[in-house]
Amino acid sequence: MHPTGPAFDAARGAPAPGFGAAPGFDPVRGYGPGRVGPAPVLDLGRHPQLRLVRRSGGRIVGGVSGGLADHLGLDVFKVRMAFVLLSALAGAGIVTYGLLWIFTPSGADSAKPSGTERRQAIGLALLGLGLSVAVSWLMNGTVAAKVIVPIVVVAVGAALVWREYDTDGPRSLLGLPASPSVVTWARVVAGATMVVLGLGVVVLARIDLSALGSALIAVAVTLIGAGLLTVPLWLRMMRALNTERAARIRNEEREEIASHLHDSVLQTLALIQRQADDPQEVARLARSQERELRKWLFEDSGPAQSSLAAALRTIAGEVEDQHGVKVTPVTVGDVSMDLDDCGNGLPKEHFTALLGASREAMVNAAKHAGVPTIDLFAEVEPHQVSVFVRDRGAGFDIAAVPQDRQGLAKSIRGRIERRGGQVEILSTPGRGTEVRIFMPRSDSGAPEGAEPDTAPGTAGDQPTERIRQSVRSGK
Amino acid sequence: MRVFLVDDHAVFRSGVRAELSREADMEVVGEAGGVAEAIAGIKSTRPDVVLLDVHMPDGGGVAVLAGIEDGPVCLALSVSDAAEDVIAVIRAGARGYVTKTISGAELADGIRRVAGGDAVFSPRLAGFVLDSFTGRSPVPEPPLDPELDSLTPRELEVLRLLARGYTYREIAENLFISVKTVETHASNVLRKTQQSNRNALTRWAHRRRID
Repeated sequence: MHPTGPAFDAARGAPAPGFGAAPGFDPVRGYGPGRVGPAPVLDLGRHPQLRLVRRSGGRIVGGVSGGLADHLGLDVFKVRMAFVLLSALAGAGIVTYGLLWIFTPSGADSAKPSGTERRQAIGLALLGLGLSVAVSWLMNGTVAAKVIVPIVVVAVGAALVWREYDTDGPRSLLGLPASPSVVTWARVVAGATMVVLGLGVVVLARIDLSALGSALIAVAVTLIGAGLLTVPLWLRMMRALNTERAARIRNEEREEIASHLHDSVLQTLALIQRQADDPQEVARLARSQERELRKWLFEDSGPAQSSLAAALRTIAGEVEDQHGVKVTPVTVGDVSMDLDDCGNGLPKEHFTALLGASREAMVNAAKHAGVPTIDLFAEVEPHQVSVFVRDRGAGFDIAAVPQDRQGLAKSIRGRIERRGGQVEILSTPGRGTEVRIFMPRSDSGAPEGAEPDTAPGTAGDQPTERIRQSVRSGK
Repeated sequence: MRVFLVDDHAVFRSGVRAELSREADMEVVGEAGGVAEAIAGIKSTRPDVVLLDVHMPDGGGVAVLAGIEDGPVCLALSVSDAAEDVIAVIRAGARGYVTKTISGAELADGIRRVAGGDAVFSPRLAGFVLDSFTGRSPVPEPPLDPELDSLTPRELEVLRLLARGYTYREIAENLFISVKTVETHASNVLRKTQQSNRNALTRWAHRRRID
């Protein structure tokens, strides 16, 4: 006996010949070609589907009733009532519902059921469960009840667990949603408990406890035997699964690389082909592409904003692009920008001053030195951060530069000295220029071991100043 | 000067061959595109200098260096300037490391210098050695080895100037020492950076998930 037979006939009114005579219908295949016959008499808003699917978003238990109602063009309440009534026939409705849940795929709808519908459906489901218990009780007395009640418990437990495994979205290893909530776990555990309890009641009610021992041993031995016999099978399945997974990961990696190359290298090569007669532009494109690709291949993509080394490399790249020179940055050690005043990093003002001065020095070298390469070296030591910007270009006579127009000295030296640092400029005409920038590490974070004379303040100016003088006079 | 080329890209090999053919004192005596081929070729041709690619299938430059113990001096030539690659190949015994953006003349100069027993330090390489030595690198990278602690203050000073882009001659002027002394310091740094035995090298490489 099929639950949908009568409902179907009622809905169709005047069924096509031969169609109404087929009371059963295959839940998997759905209607088949018969559906394209006469238009349904009763269309309740939802478009009838060719293939039977369960409701996904609009489901209350398994979405079976809703799916059936959509499929048959019926009111969902009637379908649910049919299941309730069938449940009274020794639980046939429950079994049918379960089978349909197993064998039909879930649909793609997302509309949530209204609160009224939800309450009504839950009420009907409880009514069906109650009816099946009550009717079997009436018909067969207490013995059948002993069986029906546990079966209902098992059904409810299974429904609880199935619902959790039946949701869309990313999955974890066990098949549960990737980030299971407490409710999910509670449902799974409760469902599993109900299944185990229900089955246990059925088994224990039937089996003599004294005979249980040997039976259990037999079962255990059988299980162990079966397990041992199928070990190679399991292993092969595991291996196949692993191979497949590895292949998939490799493929994904390959696709990622391909898409990156497409976005970067191939685009640049296309640009270069178009502008082949502009050597400067070609060099600029090639340089920036090389830098980008190098970064992608050889450097970790960590949080770069607060790293001095990363910031310096970025600035070097910008100067390269804007001024058409090649900057080779070398950094030793690193320091982060001290955002929360913990004393380990470099205070924000010092950090930005250092970056600004370094950029200015590089831009100056790019503009005035007249050479294609600039060396940038930064070293982070416990007590100070030093940056050296060096070119082998024209150079100039420091003493000959009028004091009032030292843009270089102002923008670089001023910035650094306001933060307690030191700048030395070393230049020889014809042999290039080196700008040396020293920034003391934060006074609070200075370790005990650091020499006292490098601490910022009046004492700190003396030695550095002396060095600068000696450097100047030495040249 | 007899040079042997090892690189898995034929186009790059022919490019280097063309560049070096402009130098009067250079002769490319052989080339190889794989590790086994390279080891056999180097053993049979006995070149003065091996130009060695770092990244190759089946082990790369480190594998070649392991296969030609007590062979000719090697200059690593790679497109990568990642610290791991540089340090690994230097520790395996290469006498210098240059990147493939180098010009032909600079490459020839580098070959002459390694052939003469010098270490060829690029500023970047000096930076890596300094970085590993100081152990202040933010990347979780263990400080190399106690052996490195034996770097003298003078050697560190030389390394710092190298990292700043100074030439050996300029360093000599700066420190008031002879160029020969600078070269000795650089070679000492390289010698101290290398592992004393191959087991340690294997351990070290394994630790860094190389090969």
